[in-house]
Amino acid sequence: MNTRGLRSQLKDSVPVAGVGSYVSYGVQDTLRTGFTSVKNEILPGHPLELSEKNFQVNQEKMTLATVRNIQGLHAPLKLQMEFRAARQIQRLPFLTSSNLALDTLRGSDESIGFEDVLNDPAQSEMMGEPHMMMEYQLGLL
Amino acid sequence: MATLSVSRAQCGGFSFENCKRNAVLEADATKLGYAVPAARKTGTTICGIVFKDGIILGADTRATEGMIVADKNCSKIHYIAPNIYCCGAGTAADTEMTTQIISSNLELHALSTGRLPRVATANRMLKQMLFRYQGHIGAALVLGGVDCVGPRLYCIYPHGSTDDLPYVTMGSGSLAAMAVFESRYKINMELDEAKKLVRDAIAGGIFNDLGSGSNIDLCVITKGNVDYIRPHDEANKKGVRTGDYKYKKGTTAVLTTLVTPLHLETVGEHIQTMDTS
Repeated sequence: MNTRGLRSQLKDSVPVAGVGSYVSYGVQDTLRTGFTSVKNEILPGHPLELSEKNFQVNQEKMTLATVRNIQGLHAPLKLQMEFRAARQIQRLPFLTSSNLALDTLRGSDESIGFEDVLNDPAQSEMMGEPHMMMEYQLGLL
Repeated sequence: MATLSVSRAQCGGFSFENCKRNAVLEADATKLGYAVPAARKTGTTICGIVFKDGIILGADTRATEGMIVADKNCSKIHYIAPNIYCCGAGTAADTEMTTQIISSNLELHALSTGRLPRVATANRMLKQMLFRYQGHIGAALVLGGVDCVGPRLYCIYPHGSTDDLPYVTMGSGSLAAMAVFESRYKINMELDEAKKLVRDAIAGGIFNDLGSGSNIDLCVITKGNVDYIRPHDEANKKGVRTGDYKYKKGTTAVLTTLVTPLHLETVGEHIQTMDTS
């Protein structure tokens, strides 16, 4: 069951800098992110931050658009059907997953990049809160 | 383990969490008069030419950290594939990691296609990666190799643009090296003549640019054979001391001698075996 509410989809395409650090009461976490200012909320800390956050999503969109132009409408539909099928049988969001099926579909099982070298999620020092992550995924947040 | 309230799982790659904090720290540091530590750059002369049988890549061997020479004999010609090598100028860490990642990618690609990798493939992979990071990865590369279509030489700039040329130079000493190339390059040169030309070009960079120095490394790539000559020419040998300040025993006359033996008593012996499990 993988329904995404509209709000969570919007967050994917329009990332807001300070949202990640809100504790459930809605108050900014000064210890983690420092004092707030309007500039900090709107502008990213680094010019590459936004483009890197959306890189995978944008690459997929470009691939599907190219494939639609070359091979016709059926091609992206079939590809997206396979992606959704692979996502449907995935684990709950807070559990570690090798993403083998998705990697194979995307072709990233045969390439290595900075996402494999730096910041390995298996070595992450922080744990995602299970309830929060499930609520986000179901769009109830 | 602290619980962080994130809505999505953490993915790998670059993390920009500390950028705002770093900007604030940098601003404060300049106010107090401290300088932010400089990254180690290669401030370099690298070059490559196409000659009759293949490619010759040349590089100097100095790595600088601001105004200090950090490494007098660093290796700037990196392995990408058995038939493809790449010289790197710019930030040393960026060139190392970029060439290693592309080398791994090319190996996986070659295993998947079952063929010897092409230089154009490495070029495209590099330019797509560098463009993705918009020049923030400071790696200026000279990529050369011999594949099924013949010898190929590319220069790749940090923002992702590339040029396919018969002779290229990059780095802070690139103008000096290019001056040598422009006056003496000919198409289809012989091996010895070509090696001398590359050596002179790098020497031009070494002697006329502060960011380049020490020795000259060469890499000759021909069809089926790679000759990695390190060092090809030690242009800057460290001087040998001509004098010696060690004095022989008996140079100074001994006036008096006083020997005081220290008596130490063994109080106890205790053996503790080392935990080598």
